[in-house]
Amino acid sequence: MTKEDCKKLVIDIIADIAPDEDLSAIKPDVRLRDQLQLDSMDFLDIVMELRKRHNIEVPEADYMHLASLESCAEYLTPKFQAKA
Amino acid sequence: MKQGRIVITGIGLTAPNGNTLAEFRGNLLRGVSGITTVDVRYMGRHPAGMCTFDPLKYQRKKDVRIGTRAGGISIYCAREALADSGVNLEGRDRGRVGIYLGITEHGNVETENEVYNISQFKYDTKFWTHHHNPRTVANNPAGEVSLNLGVTGPAYTIGAACAAGNMGLIHAAQMLRLGEIDFALGGGVSESPQTFGIFAGFKSQNALAAHADPTKASRPFDQARNGIVISEGGCIYTLERLEDARARGARIYGEIAGYCVNSDATDYVLPNPERQAECVRKAIAHAGLTVEDIDLVNTHATSTPQGDIQECQAIGEVFRSRSTPPHINNTKSFIGHAMGAAGALELAGNLPSFADLVVHPTINVDNLDPQCDIPGLVINQPRTAKRVDAILNNSFGMLGINSTLVVSRFRD
Repeated sequence: MTKEDCKKLVIDIIADIAPDEDLSAIKPDVRLRDQLQLDSMDFLDIVMELRKRHNIEVPEADYMHLASLESCAEYLTPKFQAKA
Repeated sequence: MKQGRIVITGIGLTAPNGNTLAEFRGNLLRGVSGITTVDVRYMGRHPAGMCTFDPLKYQRKKDVRIGTRAGGISIYCAREALADSGVNLEGRDRGRVGIYLGITEHGNVETENEVYNISQFKYDTKFWTHHHNPRTVANNPAGEVSLNLGVTGPAYTIGAACAAGNMGLIHAAQMLRLGEIDFALGGGVSESPQTFGIFAGFKSQNALAAHADPTKASRPFDQARNGIVISEGGCIYTLERLEDARARGARIYGEIAGYCVNSDATDYVLPNPERQAECVRKAIAHAGLTVEDIDLVNTHATSTPQGDIQECQAIGEVFRSRSTPPHINNTKSFIGHAMGAAGALELAGNLPSFADLVVHPTINVDNLDPQCDIPGLVINQPRTAKRVDAILNNSFGMLGINSTLVVSRFRD
């Protein structure tokens, strides 16, 4: 699992959470909320889908790490690798 | 005290056999049923009425995902009613708009879905969705409409079992008369076929319809009827005070003439024809009319062996004195029982009779039950009436709630 693989998995989830959004040009280092219409409930959906699909837990104190695609990859890739 | 006159100026609906009033009415006159079969969780295929409107006509995909089916149906109907009325909310005080939707139940679908969801995760509740509470609060369908339209006035549901569709209109008329609001969206909604619990409940009660041909499964008054066909649907009206409707040159479908809501206070599920007859009589009196003035009676009959007989007893008794009976029909034979939407949808299917003087029939009556053989029943073929100036619409529900609404032809 590379960081790029991890980003793809996160984008797959966001595609289901925010199906009206164009995800083809997401800027990895820009906050997701600044480039997509995502609210706090959507982030809870992302947390839930990580739990359901990948058995990965994101404690509330770590939600800040889901701010951008880059920070997601930074935070989640080791968790994916630990599952492998 | 002379009460203010309330008129219907717009209709939006989705029924198992039509997504507009024109389509719905056309199928009622052509004898076209909308009943099909659906897979019910744990129970296999059963007859049911499902709607085919496009949810994305008025909602984003994300809103459909987060919201409920009842919310989506309500938004579609409310938007269609607004468009039909010609009212643009942009130029209105949205705090003076009321949304009142009748529901039989709400939240069963979403709760069952979540229980099923966590069953896939060994019933670990950490997999229970955070969307559950906003989806299952009783005001959800009306609340979703308020979000979609940006309406900031009162928006809530009225729980009244299967009498609820009429209740949405009645409550809207009351709030307009009280001056609490200036414009109302009132009606009823149902997402019930998505919940196995309602199917299983009626099945255990020996009141769930079964038939090899789903289009024949809902057959009120027929000797072979064996229960209810559960349907989804919605119907929302725009209602206004007459002076407001006149001032903007609105088209007027009809006038809320009178109504009654009462309770049997006798049984959880069994209807009480005495109280039903009382409800019908009081609604006629509330309208300032007599039994002679009623031209069309739309029955609540749900195709259960006992309930249909009891309503026929009630109607037969109320109109016994008439030398020429009113025309009596039933809409559930086409669309099944749309629960909270039933009363509102069934009224809509009959309102065009003011204009075309045609009464749609009740279909699927191959052998009329002698105990349902009341004068005036319009069976299997539409009938042309000499006069349709007053329509009486019955909706009755569990725990013994009855609602009767009388709508009259609009006359200046």
